Amino acid sequence: MVDLIMKDILGTPAILVGLFALFGLLLQRAAITNVISGTLKTVMGFVILGAGAGVIVGSLDKFSSMFDHAFNIQGVIPNNEAIVALAQDAFGTETAMIMLFGMLVNILLARVTPFKYIFLTGHHTMFMACLIAVILMTGGMSGFPLVFIGSIILGSLMVLMPALITPYTRKITGSDDFTIGHFGSIGYFVSAFVGEKVGKNSKSTEELKVPKSLGFLRDTSVAVALTMFILFFIVALFSGPTFIESQLSEGTNFLVFAFLQGLTFAAGVYIILAGVRMLLAEIVPAFKGIADKIVPNAIPALDCPAIFPFANNAVIIGFIFSFIAGLISMFLLPLVGLSVIVPGLVPHFFTGAAAGVFGNATGGRRGAIFGSMANGFLISFLPALLLPVLGILGFEGTTFGDSDFGVVGLLLGGIVELFSSPAIFISVILAILVAIFGIGILINKKNNPKEEEAA
Amino acid sequence: MKKILVVCGNGLGTSFIVEMNVKAILKELGLEAEVSHTDLTTSKSEYADFYLGAADLLENLEDGKRNVIKLTNIMDKKELRKAIETNLKEV
Repeated sequence: MVDLIMKDILGTPAILVGLFALFGLLLQRAAITNVISGTLKTVMGFVILGAGAGVIVGSLDKFSSMFDHAFNIQGVIPNNEAIVALAQDAFGTETAMIMLFGMLVNILLARVTPFKYIFLTGHHTMFMACLIAVILMTGGMSGFPLVFIGSIILGSLMVLMPALITPYTRKITGSDDFTIGHFGSIGYFVSAFVGEKVGKNSKSTEELKVPKSLGFLRDTSVAVALTMFILFFIVALFSGPTFIESQLSEGTNFLVFAFLQGLTFAAGVYIILAGVRMLLAEIVPAFKGIADKIVPNAIPALDCPAIFPFANNAVIIGFIFSFIAGLISMFLLPLVGLSVIVPGLVPHFFTGAAAGVFGNATGGRRGAIFGSMANGFLISFLPALLLPVLGILGFEGTTFGDSDFGVVGLLLGGIVELFSSPAIFISVILAILVAIFGIGILINKKNNPKEEEAA
Repeated sequence: MKKILVVCGNGLGTSFIVEMNVKAILKELGLEAEVSHTDLTTSKSEYADFYLGAADLLENLEDGKRNVIKLTNIMDKKELRKAIETNLKEV
C-alpha cells in the first residue's frame, strides 16, 4: 500500500502534477466539472509531453550520427522543450516537486523581501526546475534534501532574475505595471550593459524603416520546421548519400530522408509545446490567484515578448544580430574544443529580440546591435559549456538554450562537485543566496529610498 | 457562448497572461465568453468568434472572414478593455 502511494502514484510525474492541479482547483472552489476536466487535462498534458519526447529522440539520434559522420564532432541542437521532455523519465518526479515548492518559495520571498515579483512564465519555471533536478541528481543528491534546496534555488531565481533586469525594464516600459520573468535574463542584462557602454548618442532603432517580412518567424512551428529542414539538409549533404542510405534511411534517398527527419523534429517540438500548454493551464492561474492574495502590490514577471511592442524594430534587429553571432559561434566552438551548438531560430528570435529591445533602451541602434550579438554569443557558448554538467542527458544531442540555464547550471554543477555531502552543499547554497539577497536589498534601498515600508 | 482565442508565437507565455487579463476584464464588465490561448499555427485551424493578439502577429490570420482584434501593446489592460468592450458589446 505504502509502495503503491509512494512509488506508483507520487512517483509518476504525470499523476503528481495532476494532483497539484486538483488541489489548486479545490482551493479555488471550482465547479466539479472544472475540477474533473482541469485535472484530466493536466495529466494528459504530461502524457503528451512524453509522447513528443519519443518523436524527437529518434530524429535527434539520426541527426547526431549524420553530424558525427560528416564532421567528427558532436553537433547539438539546443531546445528547452526537447531536453525537458527527454528528462522526464529519469527526473520527472523531482522536477514536478521542485516546480511546485519553488512557486511557493517565490510567493514567500515576494512577500518578505522588497522584490515583489511573481514569476508567471510557467514553462520556464518547469524548465528551470528540471535543470536543477538534473544537475543536483547528477551531483549525487536525492530525496528530501534535493527537493528542499532545489525549491529554494528555483524560488530565489524567480525573484532575483526579474530583479536583475527590472531597472532596465522600467527604462523600456516607463512603468512598474510588469517586469520580465524569463530565464534569458542574464543575456538581457549583458545586452543592456553593452548598450550603455557602446551606445553614446546612438539614435533609437524606432526611427529606422525595417522590413516586416520576418514576422512569419514569430510562428514557432514554422521557425523550427524551417531551421530543422535546412539544417538536416546541409548535414546530409556533408554526410553523403552512401552513409545515410546504408546506415540510417534503409535505402530511402538521403535528401528526402533528411527533409522528413527535420520535420519530424519540428513535429516533436510542436507536440511537446501542446503538452506543456495543457499541463500549465490550471497550475499558472492557481499560482497567480494565491500570489495575488498573499503578496500585496505584487508585480507580475512576464514572458519576454511582453516588451516587444515597445520597440518593434529592435525586435527584428535583435533577432538578426543575435543569429549572426550564433552562426559565428558555430565556427568558433570547435576551435576551443567544444561541441558545435547549432543556432536555432527560436531561441535567437525570442531572446535575441528581447536583447535588442534592452540594448536599444540603453544604447540606441548601436546598443541593439552589439547587445543582441553579446546575447547570441552567450546562448551559443553557455549551452556548449553546460553539456558535461548534464551527465547522462548531455549525450542526447540537445541541451538547454537560454542564458540563465547555462549560468545557473554551471554554477550549481561546480558547487555540487566541490562539496560531496548534501548538508554542506545546502549550507553553502543558502549562504550564497542570503548574501545575494542582502546585497540586492541594499542596492535596492540605495536606488529607491522611498520604498522603505516594504513588508 | 462566444469564444475568444488569444494568440501568440509560442502559445505558452504571453497569450496565457493575456487570457487571464481577458477573463478578469470580462468578469468586471459582467460579460460571458469562453477564453483560451494557443500558438499561431494551431489558431489557423481552430474556430473562434474573436482572435486576439499583437497586431504584427495577427496579420498572418487576417483572411477577411475571421474577426481579428489587433492590439498595439498586448500588455496594456486599458487598450485590452476598450477592445473587448467595442467588440463584444456589438454582438
